Amino acid sequence: MANFAHRLKIKDNINTDYIISGRYKFKIQDEEELAKYIFDDIEKGFHEKIETGDFLVAGENFGCGSSREQAPVALKASGLRAVIARSYARIFYRNSFNVGLCLVECETNYIDDMDELELDLQKNIIRNISKGVNIGIKPISAIMKKFLEKGGVVGYFKEYSGFEDVL
Amino acid sequence: MRQTIAEKILSEHCGRRVRAGEIVIANVDFCFGQDGTSGMIIDSFRKLGVGSVFEKDRFCMVIDHSAPSPNIGVSAIHDKIRGFAGEQGVKVFDIGSGVCHQVIPEAGFVACGDLVLGADSHTCTYGAINALSTGVGSTDLAIVLASGKNWFRVPETVKVIMDGQLPKGVFSKDVILYLVGDIGASGATYRAVEFYGEVIDALSVDARFTISNMAVEMGAKCGLMRADRKTIEWVKKHSVRAPRPVEADEDARYIETRKYDFSDLAPQVARPHTVDNVCGVEEVEGTPVDEVYIGTCTNGRMEDLETAAKILKGRKITRGLKLIVTPASRGIYLDALKKGYVETFVKAGAVVNNPGCGPCVGTHQGVLADGETAFSTANRNFRGRMGNPNADIYLGSPATAAATALEGKIADPRAHRRRL
Repeated sequence: MANFAHRLKIKDNINTDYIISGRYKFKIQDEEELAKYIFDDIEKGFHEKIETGDFLVAGENFGCGSSREQAPVALKASGLRAVIARSYARIFYRNSFNVGLCLVECETNYIDDMDELELDLQKNIIRNISKGVNIGIKPISAIMKKFLEKGGVVGYFKEYSGFEDVL
Repeated sequence: MRQTIAEKILSEHCGRRVRAGEIVIANVDFCFGQDGTSGMIIDSFRKLGVGSVFEKDRFCMVIDHSAPSPNIGVSAIHDKIRGFAGEQGVKVFDIGSGVCHQVIPEAGFVACGDLVLGADSHTCTYGAINALSTGVGSTDLAIVLASGKNWFRVPETVKVIMDGQLPKGVFSKDVILYLVGDIGASGATYRAVEFYGEVIDALSVDARFTISNMAVEMGAKCGLMRADRKTIEWVKKHSVRAPRPVEADEDARYIETRKYDFSDLAPQVARPHTVDNVCGVEEVEGTPVDEVYIGTCTNGRMEDLETAAKILKGRKITRGLKLIVTPASRGIYLDALKKGYVETFVKAGAVVNNPGCGPCVGTHQGVLADGETAFSTANRNFRGRMGNPNADIYLGSPATAAATALEGKIADPRAHRRRL
């Protein structure tokens, strides 16, 4: 099944208030319901474009601002396979892997809205099928990969009863 | 191996000498959540399957973001927080206590040399008292709650040296706004910042908190200052724990060093809708404003209220303008009452809220209407931040905010310098 790239009109510095507004983070506890309001303040109805396995593509400093974990939780619940951006804000980066949302760092200028993409975490590349090019990605660290395998840090923590054998 | 402050504090907390770039597991001295993040902390903690918190005196929750509760959903979260606190025997600072970033250092939970994690992005505030403190998400915080530890990437450090003497009418808020504008919203991502220079030396600890508070607005993990006599006095006054000051080695390795002279700095303003969209006040002077907000973890401290009160004393704000003042903690509220500042504000036409986050997060106590413009002393002006995506937010110092409230449009506080 083909999976597509989705781009927002704003490229850089997309903050967590934009990902999920403070108006909803307090009100809505259900993840699937929360996912319906992603990017509501900047592009209403954005979630409707996303099908399971698709990708969100952005520029620099994605996820800056508030530490709200509802941001990666809502993105994951929307069905995204991964976010692809040139760089991420620190807290968002931690939160995403902690809740099992995959973040990929690479040059994103050559990915347009609705390009068909394939992510290969073994070879560290994204295949842009629409453009016929491969884009190299920054390898994801061993710890983060383990978090993703277990669906997040909670699954990891439970399996290993703590952190000690990570490093 | 010469070390920065961040390298030293992380070394001490993981038991070996580390340098920037390494990943370490470190012991955390103190951690906390607020009412926007604690619900998920509790859920994640339950999922971890650990019966009780690692040490009940090293964790607390602060009900500040939506307090008192404006709706049933928030009431349920507050109820859950109180229930968990009772069950685990941990401290909860309930409604009216104040903003977590004032309440926590004021209550003495943070001392120099500490490693602190908070489920709130502005946890970097305590860098001003020489603690490595940084914000994390709820699940990250739950991991600390269960184990007393978390993993850290030792950050590279940017050294910022600020010399000169700030002119009258120019404050620490103007300094940090200028820096965020100059360095950019992602200019220090993943990095620690160390602040030095005559400007920092001359500031009170309260004013220094304002600078460290906004380190995250340039993407930084923490905004550290060294402990001087004022820091030690402040920490000793509030905490029973002995301060363990940490200094960077003289030839520590910095990824970048930036030098500034702020002798001629003008009051600074961040324009909508990003914090790094900064200019001198003269560029936006005269912009009509509907609501002015003085408060938050950035600028709701005693000095901030004092500055605003000096400008507002015996005067009335513009008719039709809303002025909201929110003291950062109960202690500050009481002091402001004693000193007559609250009376000054109320007589000027302001609404004085209970201590807490006030309208900063857009959930209550001053949500903007479509097309309205706010001038706020907070740290963020993202679209929708104060509850309405069709409103504009400008950021500046309490002095600029008070001057703006008098005029009904953005105004230069230096016009009131005789009062300051």
